[in-house]
Amino acid sequence: MSFIDRGGVQSHALFHLRRRGWAVLRFAGQITFTFFGLLLATFLIGRVVPVDPVLAVVGDRASQSTYDAAYIALGLDKPLWEQFYLYTVRVLQGDFGQSFLTKRPIVEDIARVFPATLELATVAILLGTLIGVPVGVLAAVRQGRLTDQIVRVLGLVGYSAPIFWLGLLGLLVFYANLGWVAGPGRIDIAYEYNFTKVTGILLIDTAIAGEWAAFGNVVSHLALPATLLGYFSMAYISRMTRSFMLAELAQEYVTTARVKGVSEARIIWGHALRNAAVPLVTVIALSYASLLEGSVLTETVFAWPGLGMYLTNSLQNADMNAVLGCTLVIGAIFVGLNLLSDLLYAVLDPRVRRS
Amino acid sequence: MNISRRTLLASSVAAAALLKAPLAWAATPPDTLIQAWAIDDIISLDPAEVFEFTASEILGNTYDGLVGYDVDDVTDISGVLAESWEVSEDGKTFTFTMKPDLQFASGNPITAADPVFSFVRVIKLDKSPAFILSQFGFTPDNVEETIRQTGDMTFEFEMDQAYAPTLVLYCLTATVGFIVDKALVLEHEADGDFGYEWLKTNYAGSGPFVIRDWRANEAVVMERNQNYWGEPPALERSIYRHIPESATERLLLQEGDIDIARKLSPQDIQALRGADGIKVQEGVKGSIYYLGLNQKNEYLSHPKVREAMKYLVDYGAIADTVMEGLVEVHQSFLPKGFLGVLEETPYSLDVDKAKALLEEAGYPDGFTVTMDTRNTPDITGMAQAIQQTMARAGITIEIIPGDGQQTLTKYRARNHDIYIGRWGPDYQDPHTNADTFARNPDNSDDASAKPLAWRNSWDIPEMTAMADAAVLEPDTEKRAEMYRELQREHQQVSPFVIMFQEIEVLAMRDEVENFIIGPSFNDNSFEFVTKG
Amino acid sequence: MIGAARRDWLLTEAPASRRQARLGQSYRLWMAFSRNRLAMVGLGIVLALVAMAIFADVIAPYDPLRGGGLRTARLLPPSAEHLMGTDDQARDIFSRIVHGSRITLMVVALVAVIATPIGLLVGTCAGYFGGWVDTVLMRITDVFLAFPRLILALAFVAALGPGIENAIIAIAITSWPPYARLARAETLTIRDTDHIAAIRLQGASSARILWGHVTPLCLSSVIVRVTLDMAGIILTAAGLGFLGLGAQPPQPEWGAMIAAGRGYIIDYWWVATMPGIAIFVVSLGFNLLGDGLRDILDPKART
Repeated sequence: MSFIDRGGVQSHALFHLRRRGWAVLRFAGQITFTFFGLLLATFLIGRVVPVDPVLAVVGDRASQSTYDAAYIALGLDKPLWEQFYLYTVRVLQGDFGQSFLTKRPIVEDIARVFPATLELATVAILLGTLIGVPVGVLAAVRQGRLTDQIVRVLGLVGYSAPIFWLGLLGLLVFYANLGWVAGPGRIDIAYEYNFTKVTGILLIDTAIAGEWAAFGNVVSHLALPATLLGYFSMAYISRMTRSFMLAELAQEYVTTARVKGVSEARIIWGHALRNAAVPLVTVIALSYASLLEGSVLTETVFAWPGLGMYLTNSLQNADMNAVLGCTLVIGAIFVGLNLLSDLLYAVLDPRVRRS
Repeated sequence: MNISRRTLLASSVAAAALLKAPLAWAATPPDTLIQAWAIDDIISLDPAEVFEFTASEILGNTYDGLVGYDVDDVTDISGVLAESWEVSEDGKTFTFTMKPDLQFASGNPITAADPVFSFVRVIKLDKSPAFILSQFGFTPDNVEETIRQTGDMTFEFEMDQAYAPTLVLYCLTATVGFIVDKALVLEHEADGDFGYEWLKTNYAGSGPFVIRDWRANEAVVMERNQNYWGEPPALERSIYRHIPESATERLLLQEGDIDIARKLSPQDIQALRGADGIKVQEGVKGSIYYLGLNQKNEYLSHPKVREAMKYLVDYGAIADTVMEGLVEVHQSFLPKGFLGVLEETPYSLDVDKAKALLEEAGYPDGFTVTMDTRNTPDITGMAQAIQQTMARAGITIEIIPGDGQQTLTKYRARNHDIYIGRWGPDYQDPHTNADTFARNPDNSDDASAKPLAWRNSWDIPEMTAMADAAVLEPDTEKRAEMYRELQREHQQVSPFVIMFQEIEVLAMRDEVENFIIGPSFNDNSFEFVTKG
Repeated sequence: MIGAARRDWLLTEAPASRRQARLGQSYRLWMAFSRNRLAMVGLGIVLALVAMAIFADVIAPYDPLRGGGLRTARLLPPSAEHLMGTDDQARDIFSRIVHGSRITLMVVALVAVIATPIGLLVGTCAGYFGGWVDTVLMRITDVFLAFPRLILALAFVAALGPGIENAIIAIAITSWPPYARLARAETLTIRDTDHIAAIRLQGASSARILWGHVTPLCLSSVIVRVTLDMAGIILTAAGLGFLGLGAQPPQPEWGAMIAAGRGYIIDYWWVATMPGIAIFVVSLGFNLLGDGLRDILDPKART
């Protein structure tokens, strides 16, 4: 690990890591509790929903005997506590049950749709970071001046606009009217069968296959939704960068450096930003996680076959098993990224104090 | 500050480059037909289980039944896999003879063993559509004796009563009557499941296309059947893509990314009618839109109120605006394209008449009722339009929205006031709708059958008897007349405000030729499609 | 606007009464706040929203639920007669947006009214009693914090069934945890003060101390936090409406209006665009206001 090479920092970081070790254990316990709580809550509510789950399986026209057979097959004749016990056991074994909608194991469904969301969120976070950090630095350097105000307003706009609405308008303007980008979906059907899906991440799969026309098509499909999501994380990242940079620029070492005649550019990009980078990593990890949330609405608008659209579809068809499965998976990723950012913080920042 | 500005510039250039990435618009391949549709209703590809619109259409193009009918004249019934059939004197037993030298896509020959296996399988698996066959008296216990192979190419089909022959034959044209490849299915049998687990996602038929791949909520891919016993289709491949959004389908069609758009909203159809390089094809479908008035509600159970409500729907305006191009006004329970259809439409919006009727009923100031409404755009749009016209006679309707399962659960428990719904026939015989709209053998709360008449607590012993008599009438013309009479009375007195019949509309690229739209979804065929 | 004498009274260095001190403090904050032009814009938008909701019946020229003739007044473009055009049910979009402000305000208000007390109760109890009470309550809080808000709200609405009331409940259920954390932190600083110790010595019950003395002290910071969250609440409600899980037709909820206009976007752009602008403006208003409030109330963030 990188901290080992940093001499004095090493023992310090190790010490904190050890203390973090306990924190991680506590955190793990907390996650278990969290998931169990959610499992119970959603299971119970799912059972009192005024929806007949048998109906979802056999449909409206089935005869009584067909209905009864499905009722027993679903285990609905068992007492509630037994149903919950069986459900929990299955979830622990990684089996979220079968989707009423697709008639497939939910785990398989999620594995199939997840790469689409991952691809979208990753490109978006890259855009958000690459633009957000420099913009935030700029705003901090020009604090209070017009640039700063513009950045601030741009950020607030990002916080205020409903993403599904911007997506609709974006499609109307850039796809329907101008034809600059490809439409909804991840890839045109004409390219879809030109390559094998190894990773499920189409940018990588098309590149591996050397199908550059298909690659271009994927990029074109990604452009609009990724830019939109990227804009939203940019708003957050630039704002946080600005405040971290302001804190750094007020430090004594900056004044000292200035007195020593170090160039302003070097102070900003070399020293201040490098120090601000530590908390920034946390911010970026968190906003990566929140993109999962943003993806629910974005994917609906862009017919993006990812986790968000799967979740929405399940919701609209009262497919509770699938809803619960998605919620647990998204929750797990969310918690995981939180944990990761905590650990990164501990590893990267020698000054970390017990919180 | 120079550096920061340069960095900023660089990142915005990168973003711009991404936006202007190379766009390669490609027309669809000439030997492939790509249709955009909502295929999320598919839950199985097994003929014993399929009951959904899209899956029915897929099976219609990949499987064959014993018999079929002319899509332009459904009274013209002819053999498909069956060469001929005879009805015994007591009218209870059909004897079918199969056509010789036909084969499945697997290369296996088609013999009488296959239909016998297929039907026994349906009854024993007892999935949702099984009642279409089991209504003739077949049970898992007796089916092996009552449906029996009598020769290499002949088998018998023995029912518990002398049902009208047309009823039997129409039921066999439904997807549940499609013939599966016995040898192939048995290869994949596990734990005596008749290959159920396997066939859910696989294929064992004899139609012009074979099902290659089904990815739930994404696509279904079909390819030409290389062993097809008939004339092989011109298309090499036919694909459904799951695109549930009308506007998206329209854009894709205009850009040439798809050949046919299947799920279009009225405004998009309207826009596409005038578009360059695009044509629109339509045909009536069997689905009927109606309001069900629960007779447990004291207001709605009053005959005058029921009649008044039939005058409080602006049928014409809804068909011309909110549902433009998707429905036509239709006010009897048998849709056009069925034996015995009644095409009279006596009702139209007449607020004064409705007010007078309400006054006679003793509700001059109207009343308040709820309407359970499925949250799809078409149903919601209709419900809101009806809400507005009802209000003009003082009837306040509160819309209670819910997803399909929710509203249906409530409807089946008879907990609604008004239910706005859509009913599609299960097979091509008039009995399918008479059975549900005009039959209610047991109106008690724990009845095992839940026809629409039961769901609205409409107790009709006499009408039930009339419907039962029509099932057994061997003479086709007499039978048709019986249904017309039934519908006339139904139209007057029933607690159903029957409003519209569905029209299916397809918008396609100009070069697509010979798509056939039939009366039911398994009649829709792309077997003869060519792309010029 | 304000007399010089009164101004001096407010700004005096030596206030004669507690009331004078408090008013003076508020006035200083107001002066700081009113110098922030963006924040004032935000305040203006929020006040305009409130006014619009109160006078909706006067402002709206048409019935928001009942449209004109389907054949004549459907999907009309913006004009002098229909400022924002009409929708697919021939209803005036401007009137619907005006009436929709009531729904938006109701959502914001009800979420605040439900979530704030829950947050305060959980937070103050955890902070005041400490020990296992603290552990249990805070673990439960963490359960809720562990999930993205929209996703959790979606799961709850799926279970409760769609509808504006259920959407409000779902948003409230997912909103209280941060308030609980905040209230706990505040309580921890308060509970060992002499003031509270004195009351305890007088024999006041825990409930009384919590309700009468701890809660009021936590209230202001929690309220500021709630204000900051309001734009988020509006967007979440609109998102639920857009997915068909929030307010249901024919209610003029803005998110649901966008969803309804979605199918018409290519030919009739105004149907989906207008309610989107409304959501955007209002949530920008709350964001600007919240931003300004944070600047003056939180000295750490002041720059």
